[in-house]
Amino acid sequence: MSSTTANMKTPEVIRKRGNKDKMILAIIGYVTLTVLAIFCIFPFILVVSSSLSEESTIIEKGFQIFPSAFSTEAYSLLFKYPEEMLRAYGITISVTAIGTLFGLFLTSMTAYVLSRRDFKWRGRFSFFFFFTTLFSGGLVPWYLMIVNYLHLKDTLLVLILPLLMNVFYIIVMKSFMSSIPDAITESAKIDGAGDFRIFMQLIVPLSKPALATIGLFIALAYWNDWYNALLFISKSELMPLQYYLYKMLGNMDGMRKAMMASGAVVNTDLPTESLKMAMTIVATGPILLAYPFIQKYFVTGLTIGAVKG
Amino acid sequence: MERGFKMKQKQHGFWDDVKKYRSLLLMLVPAVLFFLLFAYIPMSGIILAFKQYDYTGGVFGSPWNGWDNFKFFFNSGDAWRVTRNTALYNIAFIVVNNVVQIFAAILLFEVAGKWFRKITQTVLFLPYFISWVVVGAIAYNLFNFDVGTINVLLKGLGMQPVDIYNTASYWPVILVVVSAWKTLGYGTIMYLAAITSIDTEMYEAAEIDGANIFQRIMKITVPNLMPTVIILVLLAIGNVFRGDFGMFYNMVGNNGLLFSSTDVIDTFVFRSLTTSNEIGMSAAAGFYQSLLGFVTIMLANYAVRKYDKDRALF
Repeated sequence: MSSTTANMKTPEVIRKRGNKDKMILAIIGYVTLTVLAIFCIFPFILVVSSSLSEESTIIEKGFQIFPSAFSTEAYSLLFKYPEEMLRAYGITISVTAIGTLFGLFLTSMTAYVLSRRDFKWRGRFSFFFFFTTLFSGGLVPWYLMIVNYLHLKDTLLVLILPLLMNVFYIIVMKSFMSSIPDAITESAKIDGAGDFRIFMQLIVPLSKPALATIGLFIALAYWNDWYNALLFISKSELMPLQYYLYKMLGNMDGMRKAMMASGAVVNTDLPTESLKMAMTIVATGPILLAYPFIQKYFVTGLTIGAVKG
Repeated sequence: MERGFKMKQKQHGFWDDVKKYRSLLLMLVPAVLFFLLFAYIPMSGIILAFKQYDYTGGVFGSPWNGWDNFKFFFNSGDAWRVTRNTALYNIAFIVVNNVVQIFAAILLFEVAGKWFRKITQTVLFLPYFISWVVVGAIAYNLFNFDVGTINVLLKGLGMQPVDIYNTASYWPVILVVVSAWKTLGYGTIMYLAAITSIDTEMYEAAEIDGANIFQRIMKITVPNLMPTVIILVLLAIGNVFRGDFGMFYNMVGNNGLLFSSTDVIDTFVFRSLTTSNEIGMSAAAGFYQSLLGFVTIMLANYAVRKYDKDRALF
């Protein structure tokens, strides 16, 4: 406001006014952030409480924030005949493990070469990779390549390969490795170590923080992937978790048939709505459980990306 | 140039370099192969946009049909609709998401409580971690006509339930809110990092000069944040013709009633490929999107370069 009047007042008055402003801001801050936090977490609470509601109450009254009739029926039904769900879990876990391991290895190996200042063609190769983020052939040629030429439809490999490498991760990894002093590579070279050995034995251990972050980004992408399955998987035994959930959400009739065939339920008493929500929770569970512990690695990844991306 | 190249070759030829860098080159082989197979070779498939695809002929054996695929795409009216939707949604996402994220980051920086800050940050970041399929399930929980939470609340207030999945006009608002929800934590953390890197001496100096906290935010935090905002927004504008397929597909699916306000280029191409099997036309639409995307990203990068050379993509 008017700084002249403020300046004429004693420092205490200024401090008092400053404190009042800070109070106002603190109130705005706490209230707004709490509202935003509730906005972010509310849907999760809603799904959890819906999954724990009795089906008849849902049909009668709809999904409720506080279930008026508590029931774990949906979960017990899920765990009574868990074969399909477990198989989907198995696919997702294998794909995530294999994909993350190879993806991380190849990403960091590529990034290391591109970070080597003495490598004559590092600029050209960097451009070769980077250009793919600027221009692409689009969905159709990519799809036909995978289906008609690589013949990967309905294979486990099609869930792994398309997500294996990502230019953005290579760039983040490269900028991290560029901060490792050249002297390390050079002195190892003088000692007669080969490039691959230098990478494996010196660079990889020094890059642990970046590897953890990028590894988790890759793992999350695999865990949450449903797109490649949507395009390329038609066999139910190869369905990863998220795609299985997608299928089930859209096709409860299929689920009913499967459950009736296995003798779990008769047509009338399948708790469709609560079951959908329970499946959502079970499919998200591991992420929600691991989240508090892995979150900080993502934060570092984002800030590396923001500064140097 | 040619002479220089020849001279160089005499003392130190191309193959000498290959030999010198052979182990580094070998280490690049998997990545090069990967991007050849999944990016460069498929680029040659762009020719499909000019062909009448048939399964026996494949990509290279199918007969040419000139611009027919493009004519079909543009004359159907779909081209304009999906282009407009893609661009408008992305612009709305950029504006709303950035405003909310900056606002949240500033508040998060100013509030005192350390544990409060930590917990809030953790909660805001949560939606980033779940798949779009799960978001689709949440949307179903909220918007379903018979049992959805929103209609439960409306009925509880004695109001008429709304048929959200059959009303196209609700969706622009819904999708903007969902996008803000999913990206809030991600963006807030990026902006918070930018605020944290602002020199604290500036704040101290401002305080001594008698600036109140709101003045400090408006005169120091916001201006210092602007370079980051401008760069991130320009880069986002570069991708304004790329729709988030996962989002649109899981929120809307193949619900034709909503296409007028929700169909984007990516969902359109996907549908033409998988359900109506119009390979040539969807390749044409995909090529059109790639070209648009390429031009906008080049323009955006040019703008970033003008603004701050170090932060340009290339």
